[in-house]
Amino acid sequence: MKITLNQVSARHPAAKRGAQAALRGLSAKVTAGEQIAVIGPSGAGKTTFLHVLACALQPLSGNLKLDDRDPWQLTRNQLQLLRGKLFLAPQVPPLPPRQRVVTSVLAGRLPHIGLWHSLRSLFYPTAIDKADAALARFDLSDKLFARVDRLSGGERQRVGLARALMTDATLLLVDEPLSALDPLRAQQAIGSLTQAARERGATLVCTLHHVEMALQNFPRIIGLRDGELAFDLPAAQVTPERLRDLYAQHLHELDGPAPASFDLPATDAPAAVMHCR
Amino acid sequence: MTSAMRLLPASPQRHDPAWRGRVLWAVAGVLLLWPALVLTEFRPWTMLEPATFKASLRFIGDFFPPKVEPEFLWLVARETWRTVAIATAGMTLALVLAIPLTLLSVRVLSVSALSGRMAWMPATLRQLVRWLLIVLRSVPELIWALIFVRVVGLGPTAGVLAIALTYSGMLGKVYGEILESGDSHVTVSLLRNGAGRMQSFFYGLLPQNAAELTSYSVYRWECAIRSSAVLGFVGAGGLGQQMDASMKMFNGSEVSTMLLVFMALVWLADQASAWLRRALG
Repeated sequence: MKITLNQVSARHPAAKRGAQAALRGLSAKVTAGEQIAVIGPSGAGKTTFLHVLACALQPLSGNLKLDDRDPWQLTRNQLQLLRGKLFLAPQVPPLPPRQRVVTSVLAGRLPHIGLWHSLRSLFYPTAIDKADAALARFDLSDKLFARVDRLSGGERQRVGLARALMTDATLLLVDEPLSALDPLRAQQAIGSLTQAARERGATLVCTLHHVEMALQNFPRIIGLRDGELAFDLPAAQVTPERLRDLYAQHLHELDGPAPASFDLPATDAPAAVMHCR
Repeated sequence: MTSAMRLLPASPQRHDPAWRGRVLWAVAGVLLLWPALVLTEFRPWTMLEPATFKASLRFIGDFFPPKVEPEFLWLVARETWRTVAIATAGMTLALVLAIPLTLLSVRVLSVSALSGRMAWMPATLRQLVRWLLIVLRSVPELIWALIFVRVVGLGPTAGVLAIALTYSGMLGKVYGEILESGDSHVTVSLLRNGAGRMQSFFYGLLPQNAAELTSYSVYRWECAIRSSAVLGFVGAGGLGQQMDASMKMFNGSEVSTMLLVFMALVWLADQASAWLRRALG
């Protein structure tokens, strides 16, 4: 899916009236099938950015175009149809504790199947093999019929990602997919996610706390700071200086083992602290 | 001891600021309760006056021993079965009414509320449904029963209809509150990804709240059993009607047998609820 953002500002609906918008004057163009990582310190507006793209949050000003259509000009039914073509995976995986993994994963295809089909699938899952294949990509096939509340935090997060693979969405918006995963699992999960997006030609926008992971796996990086666009560059051009600027005041969030070229000032918080995850 | 001392505030001037309000509301509560006690002529000591005391003792003394003649027990068993049937049929009808009304009134399932405020049409519909639920439950089941006894005649049908109407109002309200007070993250995520309202209900909202809803429903079934006893007094059939007859005959031993049956029924409902919660939990 093609995305055009023009001077978009947005604020969370629960925010106070006078509060500064969480996202200000953001412009960007994304072509179909691109893979983008959004990085920036906590509170930079990464999640708000995803919510704007997911049509979960109406921009205060400016406009958003998805495939050359302004979603907020559509009727409510058309908008809901459009929402079926994009998939937002929130940071906390939205899984009811008593549901079984297979049901949770198959819930990803709800927009593409009718009500009767979805009820029948509750009675006897109608695409067990597809769910299994999606889980296998995240190394979870043995949990197919386990209950969600029997899973660890990391396993739940991967179930949430497996759900994304069940959709026919052409825009995948993934919020902090790695926050509960160890480095090995994180690498595997991000690999499965980018590969799946490539296979179906879907656009992938992923917010990441883990800067190194973003630089390694995504060709294009958007840096957000205090609700504004700090940079929008190919990964190769994201230099340590830019990162230091981006994370100024928040250097401890530049987590993960710092690359060799990473000379962070020793006066500030240590760079390699696994923090704010 | 010393560590507790250290936890005390450093300076004696630091009071809990909420303290004054708490005392104020406690005093206000007692003052407000006083007229209520006067208005309800609440004089428990009259129970201890010799004349009333003896009469009550005699009535209660009649309760023992409970009547256990086989013929009477057979009658009680039949009427118990009828009572359970009234309660169950009434609950089923109430559910048939309450579930659609709940689904119409739950804010979490609103697509327009996903981004900002609910659109005016669904908001109005939701308000109307809530008013309908208030009307349904504000008329006590006893009044409904008196109405239906006139319409469909003496017998269990009146009881079933009375329970169905009042309970649909209660179930609809409390189901709605349970569904709205739980974590809505799952449901909202499904809606945001383009799933339909009913799909989001079955894949998100229902599994999220199933245990709460079940235990409340079983509790309501228990209440319906008790209600049907009261309704029996106005001729809506079942154990209540039998109890009314025995009361009028001052037959305490019959009454106490039936009360024991009620206790057993409530205990059974309690066990069923506990078992269901375990099964779903």
